[in-house]
Amino acid sequence: MTLELDRPAALAPGRPIPSGSALAPRGRRLSRGGVSGSAGGDDTAGSAHSAGRLRRSLAVTLPLLRRPGFVIAGGYLLGVGVAAVAPSLIAPLDPTATVPEAKLSPPAIGSWFGTDELGRDLFSRVIHGSTLSIEAALLAVGIAIVAGLVFGVLSGFIGGIVDAVVMRIVDVMLAIPALLLALAIITAIGFGTLPVAVAVGIGIVPGFARTTRAEVLRVKSLPYIEAARVGGASWLRILFTHVLPNSWGPVAVLAVLDVGAAIIAAASLSFLGFGAAPPAAEWGTLIADGRNFLITAPWVSLIPGLFVVLVVLSLNHVARTLDEVRR
Amino acid sequence: MSAAPTSVGMHEPLLEVRDLTVSYRGSSGTVAAVTNLSFTVAAGETVAIVGESGSGKSTTASAITGLLPTAAKVSSGSIRLDGVELAGASDRVLRGVRGRTVGLVPQDPGVSLNPTIRVGRQIGEAVVAARGPRGRSLDADVEKLLIDVGIDDPELRARQFPHELSGGQKQRVLIAIALAGSPKLIIADEPTSALDVTVQRRILDHLESLVHAHGTSLLIITHDLAVAADRADRVLVLADGELVEQGPSAQILRLPSQDYTRTLIAAAPALSTDGRLVVRHSVAAQTAQEPADEVLRVTGLRKVFPIRGAGRERQEFVAVDNVDLVIRRGETTAIVGESGSGKTTTLRLALGLERATAGSVIFGGEEVVGRHWRSLRHLRHRIQLVQQNPFGSLDPRFTVFDSIVEPLVANRVGDRASRRRRADELIDLVQLPRTVLGRIPRELSGGQRQRVAIARALALEPELILLDEPVSALDATVQGQVLELLVDLQRRLGVSYLFVSHDLAVVAQLAHQVLVLQGGVVVEEGPADTVLRSPSHPYTRELIAAVPGRSALIPEGAKL
Repeated sequence: MTLELDRPAALAPGRPIPSGSALAPRGRRLSRGGVSGSAGGDDTAGSAHSAGRLRRSLAVTLPLLRRPGFVIAGGYLLGVGVAAVAPSLIAPLDPTATVPEAKLSPPAIGSWFGTDELGRDLFSRVIHGSTLSIEAALLAVGIAIVAGLVFGVLSGFIGGIVDAVVMRIVDVMLAIPALLLALAIITAIGFGTLPVAVAVGIGIVPGFARTTRAEVLRVKSLPYIEAARVGGASWLRILFTHVLPNSWGPVAVLAVLDVGAAIIAAASLSFLGFGAAPPAAEWGTLIADGRNFLITAPWVSLIPGLFVVLVVLSLNHVARTLDEVRR
Repeated sequence: MSAAPTSVGMHEPLLEVRDLTVSYRGSSGTVAAVTNLSFTVAAGETVAIVGESGSGKSTTASAITGLLPTAAKVSSGSIRLDGVELAGASDRVLRGVRGRTVGLVPQDPGVSLNPTIRVGRQIGEAVVAARGPRGRSLDADVEKLLIDVGIDDPELRARQFPHELSGGQKQRVLIAIALAGSPKLIIADEPTSALDVTVQRRILDHLESLVHAHGTSLLIITHDLAVAADRADRVLVLADGELVEQGPSAQILRLPSQDYTRTLIAAAPALSTDGRLVVRHSVAAQTAQEPADEVLRVTGLRKVFPIRGAGRERQEFVAVDNVDLVIRRGETTAIVGESGSGKTTTLRLALGLERATAGSVIFGGEEVVGRHWRSLRHLRHRIQLVQQNPFGSLDPRFTVFDSIVEPLVANRVGDRASRRRRADELIDLVQLPRTVLGRIPRELSGGQRQRVAIARALALEPELILLDEPVSALDATVQGQVLELLVDLQRRLGVSYLFVSHDLAVVAQLAHQVLVLQGGVVVEEGPADTVLRSPSHPYTRELIAAVPGRSALIPEGAKL
């Protein structure tokens, strides 16, 4: 039996596989017909390469847009993102301007969330408060990702004593309740948005370290790592080209989830009075401000609270969808 | 096409599938996995469904057990099992049928048992589900089932967890679970493809005798025509969801009426040659030439793994003991043995991935044992590896191009343009179209992936390639193609192979020299045709006898 015969006809070199023929850039190949054979090959490989990448990223994104839940949650988060970057675009009213005659007025058209005890527009305060709250949450998660990745990779990739030491430290951190740890850190480094972010960030490092380590351990034992090693790749190359990109998925999902957790933690801390100083607004302080009027004017606490809840729910939904798609 | 007239004189066959069409809902509309399939299984009969992956054979099995995935639907046709219509039946009806009328032996024994529950309880659950509460007699029932499926010391085994059992024992436990409700039909979905050949043979022998003893019907789903021909009364050949041919096993093998069946037969080495192993590289051809120079020489190789015992005491496990082997330029040395025989460890030691306890490995005139991985970098590019599982050996995020040129990038060989050219050459060499360079592994079939892995191993122009069961994860027809490719590459490039396999039919196609390993010790070695045609060690003879596809063609007395 000869090779030519037992090989499926579609696999003959130079003939495109039917299913992939859409991405074979035959048009460009024709236009460069005069170039020598090897250069023609270059072109094929190169554009097949980028076309394939584009098609794959489209294949991932398009189905996402067909999920109404994801679109709603994503749209809401996008709005919150805009609010954090340019709050005046969404809420043109000054969040600190007091109108004493309109204090504690309920939600109405034009004043969507009502006003607080000084007659400040709550909608503006929530929108303008986004900047500080989102900043704090992103900073916290940023700290957690960087520190968690470093610890997790060190632990999982090097193993042995390094692994034992890092993981015991992580165990100790996990043993202390996150909020307690954050309170202790804040008392040590002082009040304000930045310290709150640092404190919350440190509190969620262990989760990232654990997840990263588990993923690195999983990927490290896969055959293609061994193949790369036999191919002569150095450990650093293996780490950066194979291990990290392939362990990144679950960590990214956890990051989106933890932005939600960080928002809640930061709001809790500012609710307790450790956050930004008045009159600057943060979501936590807004909720806290209304607690004296819970009976007479419940919207002052409830509406900012609901706003935060929706942000966190949206983040959870997005994280879960991303997790499903990744699989 | 002629269906065997098995049901003549019987009122109704046990299983009757008529015009069955199963389709999958996908992003681009529905795709039929099985189209207009009709067949019957009579009481006490053994029928095999043979086909490559994607032929719809497993879908058929799932349809009969009512375990189709949610995206799949029986769009037309009927499945009558023991007088009950199963197509479109409610879950309650199906639950009544499963276990009691039809038992399933799943594909992979490694993942089909719950790792946290003792084996005895898992069998017990199946017994209770099928026969109702049993009270105190349950333990006795479980024990009897374990004895039935041939497990030694059933009382101890029942109290063990799945991870404490070997693959073969787990498979027997799964058979016990399938037998728990004394079903009239047992469906075995690739029952042995995850097992060693000798274990596979014992399990199938046992399943066969159980089926005969109980008068049960057996439906074997397999990609291996040889296994089917050995075991079944009747064989159905499936391709792309359609029935290609059916008939009694011997008839299908000797007088196949369809081209596709002939391809399948040609792909099963033991079948195409009338059940005898034909060695490609015979001694006559070898002695005619001067012996080529040595590429790799292994002497007195030994590897001991420490294992943690129950208490404080340290135990040792000798994986490889005093192994000698020589690989010559342009030749293939095969190491044959079952899992646990130390064949893969030997390969890893030769490569320097594991540290040898004692002995020497000389490659390119240099001693490899005891040297640091980094200090061997200059040798590394001359010795490369092709791994067993093509589904795990390629980085899922790398395109084929990235994977193939990775050894070049890692060793800083050439620039962008020269790597491009080399990738084109390599992809031509392994006979894939250049368009696959832009794809990622997920978009390739198993055979294509293995070709990519071979191209990657060739990238640095090595003198020696280590092949760790390179075709065992592939379909029979694809196996044949990849083996042909390897032989062709050896002829063209003069590369040497160290080849590890448990399948003697595959070894016969590739090897010049054969080493038979049992428990880490070489029990027999020599030129391929001497070892495979006139084996001197009983273990080698057992391995040869276990090659499937022989019993259907060779009369009982003529076997080795």
